[in-house]
Amino acid sequence: MQPVIVLQNLVKFFGRFAALRGITESFAAARLYVVVGDNGAGKSTLLRVVAGLTQASQGSVTLLGTGSAHEVAHRIGYMGHAPLLYDELSGMENLRYFAGLYGLQGDGIGRDAMRTVGLDANLERRVGQYSQGMRQRLSLARAVLHNPELMLLDEPFSNVDVHSARDMAAVLGRVRDQSKTIFVVTHQSALMEQVADEFVRMSEGRIVSRESVRQVPISAGSGAGGER
Amino acid sequence: MSALSVTKATLMKDLRMEWRSKDAINSMLFFSLLVVVIFSFAFNPTAEESRLIAGGLIWVAFLFAAVVALNQTWARELRNQVLDAYRVSPAPPNALFLAKVLGNFLFVVVLEALMAPLFVVFYQLRSVGPVWQLVVVALLGTWALVVNGTFFAALSIRTRSREIMLPLILFPISIPALLAMVDATTMILNGDGTPSFWLKMLLVYDVVFTLVCLLLFESVFNAE
Repeated sequence: MQPVIVLQNLVKFFGRFAALRGITESFAAARLYVVVGDNGAGKSTLLRVVAGLTQASQGSVTLLGTGSAHEVAHRIGYMGHAPLLYDELSGMENLRYFAGLYGLQGDGIGRDAMRTVGLDANLERRVGQYSQGMRQRLSLARAVLHNPELMLLDEPFSNVDVHSARDMAAVLGRVRDQSKTIFVVTHQSALMEQVADEFVRMSEGRIVSRESVRQVPISAGSGAGGER
Repeated sequence: MSALSVTKATLMKDLRMEWRSKDAINSMLFFSLLVVVIFSFAFNPTAEESRLIAGGLIWVAFLFAAVVALNQTWARELRNQVLDAYRVSPAPPNALFLAKVLGNFLFVVVLEALMAPLFVVFYQLRSVGPVWQLVVVALLGTWALVVNGTFFAALSIRTRSREIMLPLILFPISIPALLAMVDATTMILNGDGTPSFWLKMLLVYDVVFTLVCLLLFESVFNAE
């Protein structure tokens, strides 16, 4: 099986600062990767480059077999550091709109997504009045709405209480079990210990170690980068 | 998923959000009302004088009021970085742009419809020429303002002082359209012949700038 993501000598400069310094790795399908590292290690930048939100200064990203993230946008789910939701709309109104961007109609999809993350689909309240934990759950619902094969999640547990964060981690584990590939950038790696397949450690713009905690399925073998 | 359905969904979403917050329409109305009242006190014009100055006055009021709405357009998308959710989706960027232009067009047309009676009352305006031509000028002129305004508002969203940047870029490039709008309006109000040249110029301006903005928007949208 093809790796889901192949990074070739990935470099990203912000002015003269190198946020990513020549990353060459590949990542197998149907695994849950937890990307950890100190602030400024390049985790979020890596995720944004992979998602196609930021252009790499050098190198290339091959995503689901193609070099263009836009071509496979309907197969990718992205959850940013910010919630990426409209405060003035209710949860269902938000999901209905974002479903429309993926060509999906009807409330059923939104309701399913809200149920998946443990939110009440009948909640009329506007997102601006949600608690931080509810916003993060809804943001996750938005990311999984179109049933993507690859999910890129940036700090999904930030400002979320431990109980809600554990619930969300369990949701991610269940999603991974449906043969989805998930990347989670987080500072709260302990939350992911039960469900993670591999911990990817970053430091100063480089991937410095990859620690597999569950074996790669034989059918989903890793590509060039592999284990260290 | 068609561009048309995304445009429609985005437009409906923007209208719903504006209906709830009334951010753009309230600030536009307040600003236009100020211009109408202050200028009417300052000039206290006769009906004849009004016809001579109204073309410029009306469009100055609507231009500045439109800038208020245009600045709000992308601000909503920047809050919570919602634009990123659109950028990672397969939806075409031009569908978003068209929805924003249509939304702004509706807001400004509603403003014009609400303010027109006030201009008539405060400035004792009576059109000597055919009134339907004023409607055509208003529609073409409004489109000229909002299509460029929406584009340049998108261009300036990543700048630090975007509220100042927008008029700085928008006003110079709108000069041909403003000239056509003001002259056509003055001609119609005074009954000085037919404004067909200015109407054609506005139409060409609208077509050219709509196409240019549509061609360039994707680059602006994906710029870092």
